[in-house]
Amino acid sequence: MALEFAVEVFQNEFLPEGAAEVNAILTVSATGDAGGGAAEPDADAAQVIIVDTSGSMRYPPAKLAAAKRATEAAIDALRDGVKFAVIAGTERAEMVYPALRLLSDASPQARVVAKRAVAKLQADGGTAMGQWLLLAQEVFRGHDSGPRHAILLTDGQNQHETPEQLTAVLDRVAGAFTGDCRGVGTDWQVAELRRISEALLGTVDIVAEPEGLAEDFRAMTATAMGKAVADVSLRLWTPEGAEVKFLKQASPGLLDLTDRRVEAAPRTGDYPTGAWSGAESRDYHLCVRVKPANVGERMLAGRVSLVGPGGDVLGQGRVLAVWTDDTALSTRMSPEVAHYTGQAELAEAIQEGLEARKSGDVETATARLGRAVRLAHESGNTGTAKLLAKVVEVQDPATGTVKLRARVADVDEMTLDTRSTVTKRVGKDR
Amino acid sequence: MTMESSPLPDHASGHLPPEGDPPGTDAAGAAPVEPAAVPTGPAAVAVEADEDAVTGPVPVEAQGVAARPEPAGAGGAEPGAKASSRESCPACAAPVSAQDRFCEECGRNLRVQRTPLGGPEAVADPACGCGGAFDADGYCGRCGRARPSVRDRVEFVLPGLAGVSDRGRRRQRNEDSMAFGRARGRGVAAVVCDGVASSERAEQASQLAVDVALDVLLTAVQTGGDLEGATGDAVLAADAAVGRLARPGAEQVAPSCTFVSAVLTDDTATVGWVGDSRAYLVAGAGAARLTTDDTWAAHLVAEGVLTEEEALTDRRAHVLSRWLGADSGLDAPQTVTFRVETPGLLVLCSDGLWNYLPEPEDLLAVLPRGVAPVEVARELVEVALKSGGHDNITVVVLQLRGGHGA
Repeated sequence: MALEFAVEVFQNEFLPEGAAEVNAILTVSATGDAGGGAAEPDADAAQVIIVDTSGSMRYPPAKLAAAKRATEAAIDALRDGVKFAVIAGTERAEMVYPALRLLSDASPQARVVAKRAVAKLQADGGTAMGQWLLLAQEVFRGHDSGPRHAILLTDGQNQHETPEQLTAVLDRVAGAFTGDCRGVGTDWQVAELRRISEALLGTVDIVAEPEGLAEDFRAMTATAMGKAVADVSLRLWTPEGAEVKFLKQASPGLLDLTDRRVEAAPRTGDYPTGAWSGAESRDYHLCVRVKPANVGERMLAGRVSLVGPGGDVLGQGRVLAVWTDDTALSTRMSPEVAHYTGQAELAEAIQEGLEARKSGDVETATARLGRAVRLAHESGNTGTAKLLAKVVEVQDPATGTVKLRARVADVDEMTLDTRSTVTKRVGKDR
Repeated sequence: MTMESSPLPDHASGHLPPEGDPPGTDAAGAAPVEPAAVPTGPAAVAVEADEDAVTGPVPVEAQGVAARPEPAGAGGAEPGAKASSRESCPACAAPVSAQDRFCEECGRNLRVQRTPLGGPEAVADPACGCGGAFDADGYCGRCGRARPSVRDRVEFVLPGLAGVSDRGRRRQRNEDSMAFGRARGRGVAAVVCDGVASSERAEQASQLAVDVALDVLLTAVQTGGDLEGATGDAVLAADAAVGRLARPGAEQVAPSCTFVSAVLTDDTATVGWVGDSRAYLVAGAGAARLTTDDTWAAHLVAEGVLTEEEALTDRRAHVLSRWLGADSGLDAPQTVTFRVETPGLLVLCSDGLWNYLPEPEDLLAVLPRGVAPVEVARELVEVALKSGGHDNITVVVLQLRGGHGA
């Protein structure tokens, strides 16, 4: 299925004399073939489910049972013909289905056999997530024709690997497949799973109650199978002497892509965006420093293209800079840029606030979480505001006056941390 | 205003030298004058030897003229000698003979030369100043700079008159426009309009206004019509044309512009204006402003509320009291007509120039001597650019022969 990408650029291109920094929000929307709409994509998707079967999954017993049910639900959601595999992870990684390190075609028969293998899973052993990811990479190898997506479920910390080992693995597997991470319970580390999900260009979320897993897995599988094109890159041209300060996905969630740049041509770099369905829209925040030109001059500060796996350009947008001495023009801030700048600061304030709270720095924690409450309130991010209210007592959301709660459930704190990067999309009435 | 015998309209400031003073532009003054009485003179190819003697060998590049300028020394050649096969139509390059009024090939009027309708023609710039190439959207693939608009800097030269229009250093667009032309053996006409920055599509407004107005003025020049009447007609035609650009419901920002024109036959000149674009007369050692600004500040000066000096810095200095456009309510321009008795120059300009040279004496002080009109225009624009170039700058310079037959 061919996708078309529209790139809309939201910015205030007017800069005061001497200013170098150009900010823009890029709204990238993919649409399928005319009349395609919700048409089924080519059944070329591949899905690998990685289930944590370390010893900790045994307690409470409902945890492993729920993980099995969720995996079975995901298997049931696979369309016939979709390639899939199930991996069990401990300090090593083992194939659950199929037995060989390959992808299997989904079929009624295959689903039955796979679910039977899942039902037999037992929890025992340690945790080395890097090993799990490497096996997934091996299983995906050779599947170049469509989206490759993994679901990683864990309940604990990556105890049998150093952070450096995990980093090395993430560098190897980045780009090989995309993936979403789910943490069940409250014994896993948000920062660790976030690192993995960012490398895999996916999401991380907490599933506090094991009962919620099955529906979540089904939904993720459906989304993964809805992807029509894998390995789409955002190609960015900037003028000579320019510096890309950052390029982040700003919606649906924050995802910093700045360091993921691969040089494609002079002054041109590619940033991975993963797989896209035919009805999907994401926002990116681009910040470029250019060499300022004279007042009255106009410059192309960036050209953004969406590039398919074959190098074909699927859509394009322009980021401009115009220098002016009209302050009425140059002081106007783009509402889209302002909104996402605020959302990024909100995530930062939450993470810093929670960090300070953990280390007993009440003053910093109160200040940062108060700031977060205010930002959430101002931007209408009610989801995050609700999560914040479970960690702090909000006295005045408009000013961000808060008091730390004396007792906070682990799950509430982890949920807030995990979802701090979920942004509210900028108003569509723009 | 009725015709005056003096070159100085009563409201003009400054002074002119006593009659008979050698003109400031000696070369021009001493040059032979176009024989207006010989309507079937040398063919109106774009560049003619006798005119070259007046203007210097300035090729009419902007028109893509095929004929080479002849050296000034060839000026004495008689018409017959010029009807050689190398003369060609400035529009289609077909060979034309010296006596042709129209090109046999494309029908172009060979007797009238003028700036192209719609403004300067786009000349594809192959490379950016940094050495990079422009992409299809007009941005440099290396430094990102936008390809300069063809309007950013416009120069146009005709025998006896020339103009330069420049975006300046601060504005994003050049919303000034100029148009001028000459009917061989009859006279010349020129128009400068300054698009009002706070209106929509100001550059479209000013371009349309100069083109429409020039058309009326050149027709009058060719038919020998009344110059004041023609100036009034030109302004009203331009006002109506610009008015039609307005969008319904957007009257507040209806496209608008100022206007200043000059129309010149062998012994008479009429200047007309609306708004704050100006005309100056320079002759010998003196200069005079021929126009009074249609601005609130000028109005207050006239009433004695402000001094000239205060008006210059007053924030209302550029708030127009009259303009061209849908909301103008205009019935007639101001005009001044005078007999051209001494050689000199007539300078039409937008406020991008006179902001830096408000008094006739200021203009006189920087005016280069003994050079062709295009050099004068370039130098004046350069002065404005060096002074900051805060606005678009347009200068059209017309040569006055004066003392017809001298």
